[in-house]
Amino acid sequence: MADAQLSPRNIPDRLEAGGARLMKSWEALLIVVATLIFLGNSFASPYFLDPWNLSDATFNFTEKAMIAFAMALVIISGEIDLSVASIIALASTAMGYAVQLGVDTPALVAIGLSVGLACGAINGLLITGLGLPSIVVTIGTMSLFRGLSFIILGDQAFTGYPESFAWFGQGYVWWVFSFEFTLFVLLAVAYGVLLHKTNFGRAVYAIGNNQTAALFSGVRVARVKFTLFLLTGLMAGLASVCLTSRLGSTRPSIALGWELEVVTMVVLGGVNILGGSGTIPGVVLAALIMGMVTFGFGLLNVPGIVMSIFIGLLLISVIALPILWRRARRRLAH
Amino acid sequence: MIAKLLKNREILLVGAIAVLLALIALRFPAFVGPSNLARVYNDTSILIILALGQMAVILTRCIDLSMAANLALCGMVAAMLNAAFPGLPIPLIILAAMALGGLLGMINGTLVWKLDIPPIVVTLGTLTIYRGLIFLLTDGKWINAHEMSDAFKALPRLDLAGVPVLSWLSLLMIAVMFLVMSRTPLGRAFYAVGGNPHAAVYTGIDVGRTRFFAYCLSGALAGLSGYLWVSRYAVAYVDIAAGFELDIIAACVIGGISIAGGIGSVAGAVLGSLFLGVIKNALPVINISPFAQMAISGTVIIIAVAVNARAERRKGRVILKKAEAV
Repeated sequence: MADAQLSPRNIPDRLEAGGARLMKSWEALLIVVATLIFLGNSFASPYFLDPWNLSDATFNFTEKAMIAFAMALVIISGEIDLSVASIIALASTAMGYAVQLGVDTPALVAIGLSVGLACGAINGLLITGLGLPSIVVTIGTMSLFRGLSFIILGDQAFTGYPESFAWFGQGYVWWVFSFEFTLFVLLAVAYGVLLHKTNFGRAVYAIGNNQTAALFSGVRVARVKFTLFLLTGLMAGLASVCLTSRLGSTRPSIALGWELEVVTMVVLGGVNILGGSGTIPGVVLAALIMGMVTFGFGLLNVPGIVMSIFIGLLLISVIALPILWRRARRRLAH
Repeated sequence: MIAKLLKNREILLVGAIAVLLALIALRFPAFVGPSNLARVYNDTSILIILALGQMAVILTRCIDLSMAANLALCGMVAAMLNAAFPGLPIPLIILAAMALGGLLGMINGTLVWKLDIPPIVVTLGTLTIYRGLIFLLTDGKWINAHEMSDAFKALPRLDLAGVPVLSWLSLLMIAVMFLVMSRTPLGRAFYAVGGNPHAAVYTGIDVGRTRFFAYCLSGALAGLSGYLWVSRYAVAYVDIAAGFELDIIAACVIGGISIAGGIGSVAGAVLGSLFLGVIKNALPVINISPFAQMAISGTVIIIAVAVNARAERRKGRVILKKAEAV
């Protein structure tokens, strides 16, 4: 982010072609990693290939991936949103509060989504309206939103969600395909189209590559950025509906630390953290990889914190490998 | 003259802290008593030490999200050393913790320097790795007060001229960092690299190596804080200081250290930490539940950034202002 100017991205043609090839090989690399983990998992445990188990495994990533799609756009535009996990907590708290007042399912979902949108709007206004750096603003709103949940909930939990509400996190659309997984697929397609096939998506790349140039070529930078923060807020609200429904309760510590996992997912998917490049298929692959790693380790009874070592190593090595590879090739060419 | 003073961020912050203290004193005069203020300072000491390290990193346009995890790992190792070899002299344990912290910082620094991986990605990765390592080391077990030697626990509380060693150590670190930032080529390089990396290269500064040293510094300070944290609270477990990395960054941001690099001062980092420390200590006194603390510090961060925003647009700190004026 802060380093954006250090690596000018108006690279000459030949290198650009190399970059494009690298991007494609990035997704190829992710496919290889995913296949290896899949094979490893199926050898590691006889229970892995059961369709119901695999369906269960999707819950490890679907909610985070919903946010990761919107986050990918935010990061491609050169910004970041660290408040998403806190938005989940606040939206969940609002829904839990409404349940205590006897609100029913449709209104609960509406509340969850609109709290998400409202939080996104606050972020967007602070960042585009006042021109503040997004990393600091969202560190602030991250404490603020989660703090509000703590004020409302204290050390309590809200429970007593209506039965019909459980469908969002536990319901199945068709055979083993859960509502959440279906939503994940639909959102992947929708975000893929939005980023890769529309003028809006083009504007997102343009802003990430050179904000000033984008402004002078007629892109409404502030409006696009504001929309992007609305989207991450909305997706966090949606994830909150699914997660709250799946857990059946709200605690102020819900989704703690998810912001880093979502960013990890996006970066692992090949999105440049400095903005300007990245694809939705890459993020989908990264979501599958992270979900399978979590699930496979779970089958092997590896504790969650050891998984996080692996995901940290994966993150650094997947970013480092292409750099080392390019360097080795350049050395050989000389 | 007054306009010039108002533009000075450190003086603004001193003013803000004074107003804050005055407001609290209206209801609870005892809070601003010297002994209580000394206690608040002592309580904030660890945050100050960490903020000084983070400041160096942020000045060079990087960020260190792994500081709290680094602290936790070093603190755990210090506690384990003490539990395994109770006879080991405490200064040796502190040195070991700082060396380990510095080593972990070197890993961050090397990845940023030699592989050009963006700092936020590197430290996001090492954050989870360092914390995971604690679990591998301990299998999730705690080290409790009765397993630590008395000398290990007593050092931070030890009274030297009426002030605990913990406070002395933070004062020492402030002095050291002040000298490093204002009197050494390295301190100057931190500003230069953050202010304008391209210009820094042309003046013969190795941008990557400067960042590497900034990470070593923040790592070593995190290691020192690890020992202090564990011995002060007399317990070590996987989750100590979880989420504290954001408090450290918040302290820096409130202290006027620009996240875009190149702007900031030792006094700013100290005052930013103290501002958070005063709020944290005052909340229970003025009967606000500790649950509100996060919401309040979040609001403070946002206000601080909004206030600082105008100054951020200024180009970095000009080192040779007098020479330029001629």
